[in-house]
Amino acid sequence: MDFTYLSLTELRKLLDKKQISSVELTKYFLERIKKSDLNAFITISEEQALKQAAAADDYIASPGENPFLCGIPYAAKDLFCTAGVRTTAASKILDNYIPPYDATVIEKIKEQKGVLLGKTNLDQFAHGSSGETSAYGPTKNPWDKSRMPGGSSSGSAAAVAAGLIPWATATETGGSIRIPSSFTGVCGWKPTYGRVSRYGVIAMGSSLDSPGAMAYSVEDLARLAEIMAGADGKDSTTGQAMVPAYSKNLTVSLKGVRIGIAEEYFLEGMDERVKQTIQGAIGELEKLGAELVKVHLPISAKYGSLVYAIVAPSEISSNLARYDGIRYGHVTKNASDLMEVYTKSRAEGFGDEAKRRIMTGTYVLSAGYYDAYYKRAQKVRRMIVNEFTKVFSQVDVLTAPTAPSVAQKLGYAANDPLFGYITDQLNIPSSLAGLPAISVPSGFVPAHDDPSTNLPVGLQIIGPQWGEQKIFNVGYAYQQATDFHKKHPRVDSGK
Amino acid sequence: MLSKDEVKKIASLARIELSESEVEKFQKDLSTVLDYVDELKKVDVSGVDEVFEVTGLVNVQRDDAAIVSDTHEGIFKNAPEMKDGFYKVKAIL
Amino acid sequence: MKEFSSSTEYKPVIGFEIHVELATKSKMFSPAPNNPDEKEPNKNIDEIVTAQPGTLPVANKEAIRLAALVGLALNCQIDEWSKFDRKHYFYPDLPKGYQISQYDQPISKNGYLDVSVGGKIKRIGITRAHLEEDAGKNVHPEGLPYSLVDYNRAGCALLEIVTEPDIENGEEARAFLTELRNIIRYVGASEADMEKGTMRCEPNISVRRPGETTLPKYKCEVKNINSFKFAEAAINYEIERQTELLKEGKTPKQVTMGWNEREGKTVEQRSKEEANDYRYFPEPDLPVLQFSKDYLDDLRRAIPELPAQKRERFKSEYGLDDAAIENLINWKELTFYFEEVVSEIDEWARQEPGLDRLALIKQAANWCLQDFSAMLNAKMVNPNDAPVTPENFAELVKLIIQGKISGSAAKTVFKVMFEKGGEPLSIIDDLGLHQVSDESAILSAIDKVVAANEKAVADFRTGQEKSFGFLVGQTMKELKGKGNPQVINKLLREKLKS
Repeated sequence: MDFTYLSLTELRKLLDKKQISSVELTKYFLERIKKSDLNAFITISEEQALKQAAAADDYIASPGENPFLCGIPYAAKDLFCTAGVRTTAASKILDNYIPPYDATVIEKIKEQKGVLLGKTNLDQFAHGSSGETSAYGPTKNPWDKSRMPGGSSSGSAAAVAAGLIPWATATETGGSIRIPSSFTGVCGWKPTYGRVSRYGVIAMGSSLDSPGAMAYSVEDLARLAEIMAGADGKDSTTGQAMVPAYSKNLTVSLKGVRIGIAEEYFLEGMDERVKQTIQGAIGELEKLGAELVKVHLPISAKYGSLVYAIVAPSEISSNLARYDGIRYGHVTKNASDLMEVYTKSRAEGFGDEAKRRIMTGTYVLSAGYYDAYYKRAQKVRRMIVNEFTKVFSQVDVLTAPTAPSVAQKLGYAANDPLFGYITDQLNIPSSLAGLPAISVPSGFVPAHDDPSTNLPVGLQIIGPQWGEQKIFNVGYAYQQATDFHKKHPRVDSGK
Repeated sequence: MLSKDEVKKIASLARIELSESEVEKFQKDLSTVLDYVDELKKVDVSGVDEVFEVTGLVNVQRDDAAIVSDTHEGIFKNAPEMKDGFYKVKAIL
Repeated sequence: MKEFSSSTEYKPVIGFEIHVELATKSKMFSPAPNNPDEKEPNKNIDEIVTAQPGTLPVANKEAIRLAALVGLALNCQIDEWSKFDRKHYFYPDLPKGYQISQYDQPISKNGYLDVSVGGKIKRIGITRAHLEEDAGKNVHPEGLPYSLVDYNRAGCALLEIVTEPDIENGEEARAFLTELRNIIRYVGASEADMEKGTMRCEPNISVRRPGETTLPKYKCEVKNINSFKFAEAAINYEIERQTELLKEGKTPKQVTMGWNEREGKTVEQRSKEEANDYRYFPEPDLPVLQFSKDYLDDLRRAIPELPAQKRERFKSEYGLDDAAIENLINWKELTFYFEEVVSEIDEWARQEPGLDRLALIKQAANWCLQDFSAMLNAKMVNPNDAPVTPENFAELVKLIIQGKISGSAAKTVFKVMFEKGGEPLSIIDDLGLHQVSDESAILSAIDKVVAANEKAVADFRTGQEKSFGFLVGQTMKELKGKGNPQVINKLLREKLKS
């Protein structure tokens, strides 16, 4: 039987009816992962996975209801700390790091008896939009292996898209869930900042990082959100409000829903066919009853990426200071004194992109520059927050293209230090404001550099702070009327 | 454009050893980024409060209760070098 | 910049940075235990303390409360809000590569502390008091090419108090530190023990030239001071050293000095190679702190009587002398114990109006500061750790004042109470130490003595006063040493006059 591309609800039914065991499912997907040449995984945790699967089967065999994720395989972006399972952040500086504890999200999935099959590839420390800054090599896009899957959650996106795993955790700081979801044609949820605990997720930009998920449908995302979200005593920035039963509240009709369209999100110079595809998707939403409202986000559009280019590296330079070769991680063999332990371990351990961001952040925070850069950026960020607040007093959600293009060829990003800031510019402003968003597949267009290859396009739905229900509702209604999310790349089958 | 000395000073603050060719490379890269963000200087931010954190939360605190962790072994296993229960490092001058 | 009035002398300018480890059960940002007495290295750690990737801080509510409490006790202004910032530097004892501290919005600022120096009140400005996390400890085995790091102390809640440069000499410094320590102890914020390092002080010392009205352009910080005595000595040493240099027309270097206890002098430590650039920015992992009016009002109410008020009351209400008051105040636990004894005394004074309350209190203070202190110090324990209860303590004092036991016998009884506890009366019974104050019993003893010592009686009557002493001694002997000397004196004199 073919278990790829089944929704989580379908897998739940199969497991509950004992038509398949968790161990069988686990072996099935492990097999697919091992046969895949996408370089989507850094670590496969086969032994632990089989143990977890056996435990899940025992649980299913016992009387009573099973938790939603019980026995269902999943993969975690290699930025989530997993107790006893190597966690690298795709950096050589953590090549041998085995966390002594689980991230809160991992713990929650463990409580549900979800089965962790492995850790997915990513841009090193999540610094990138292409997946290419990984120290373990780039992940390939299953729609065209010569292309990038987008980043930084490159491995999770490629693995879900290729049917190597039914769902995966991901994280976003400024586009890292939405971009790869769009480029690989999967559904990605970037939560409201603070909706999902960051505890145990290796930090990139602390005021921006949002752990989320990728799956095949908005319904699956809504189910996952119910499990992953919530206040965490270990993360002081998590919202204290109860988590709604998102999946039970999903609605088919968009009657009365006001959808904002900001012309600033349809960039000049962006891929025309992407633009048209998104306009088509928006037309579909209108057909479903939504009212379209023109809105404006001039400050966000103009300055969002610039603010991000200061705030994110600042926080990165700080968050990566702990990698010093003393308590864990790579330590140089060539140090003659303590200073060299620091400078050489860090020089050898970090990739270029991490170094570039650390140094940018170090510079803008250093004496004499703080006010001109960081403080000023955080003020403009306030203006962006205010701009979104105003817009969301007029509309329920915003829709826009997720990315200005479809997946680029691998290597495209390599020598442009601004690649990310440009690719992510449709995501960054809402990230700065801590808003939730999803990206859903909404069509295919031929690659501009290769008309014979059709590549997925993502529709982005952005909601107000804590407004997950609104974006899930719009996405769900859209997916009831369309089937782009059911299209999958033809990849070498694992069977 | 940043000077090479500035790049070296930043690298030293960030504790990252750079080769001469890297200094040149980062001199260019950092300058590109700084030019890119230069536009921000034009924004009128008078009277605007900076963002510290977007959730709007205040006073998130925990009660003062001690918890003895059971992660010591896992923590120490990752240490490059330990001696008699201490982390061992090259002499601190 | 601070302006001073012009002076014709060399005027020292001294400010302090004081670090106090708050007495919380857990650390500032992690639930790992806080235990300054821990001997085993890296025991009080967890994934947060060791800055494992992905870990996050959560602020300790009690640490924030204690910090604000100290701020209020130091007459500081507490703003409606405060925040934490990251301060970056690389050092093996600093796991995250940054210290969570407070930069431009400390919990409290603009306070002051009045201290009494040589009978005069001197006001020392408190610039600010902010919360931060402590670093670990580096151990440097002598002659070996490595150092060892222990993170037990890393992440412990630390209050940094910064003073204005208002202090002018070692004596003032010592008085200030003592008063500050007392306040911190009285509000229960910390044990504030210099020797244990739960209180650490670093004076910044410079000297103004005659005529100079601004702060000197240099200052010397002194580290490694672990007692108030050394603080005073180090400051006086530095003042002398710097004044000498200034008199020679030189400007002292801006350096960090270390106090060398053995040689009783300050020694220049390696000056830092690189100017610090801490790259402070607001800690994004911690939402801001807000202090409501209610919160601060509750805190104000929670401030116990502070040393200055106690001093005043001990003087006006109890009539104790300054030295006794100082000695009591400097030992918080003994002071509290003493006050419990006083409340027992007050209880009796209400029931038996004939009792001399002030005499009892003075006697109690003396016993606290003499025998009791000596015994506590010998055992290195606090009053509440000794078995003698305030009630029994007060009763013994009462028995002394009432003349039911002699001073020397009381010492014996107190020793038993200190060792084993128990009520003084039953100990007196057990040991047969009752003092005979009964006049008929004493009179019959006197009669016997007078009859048996005709010569001495005759001598006394011819004016030889020392015979009186002999006769008292004989009477005491007749009473087996338990006679009340005052009663014997009185009755014997009456007898001999008759």
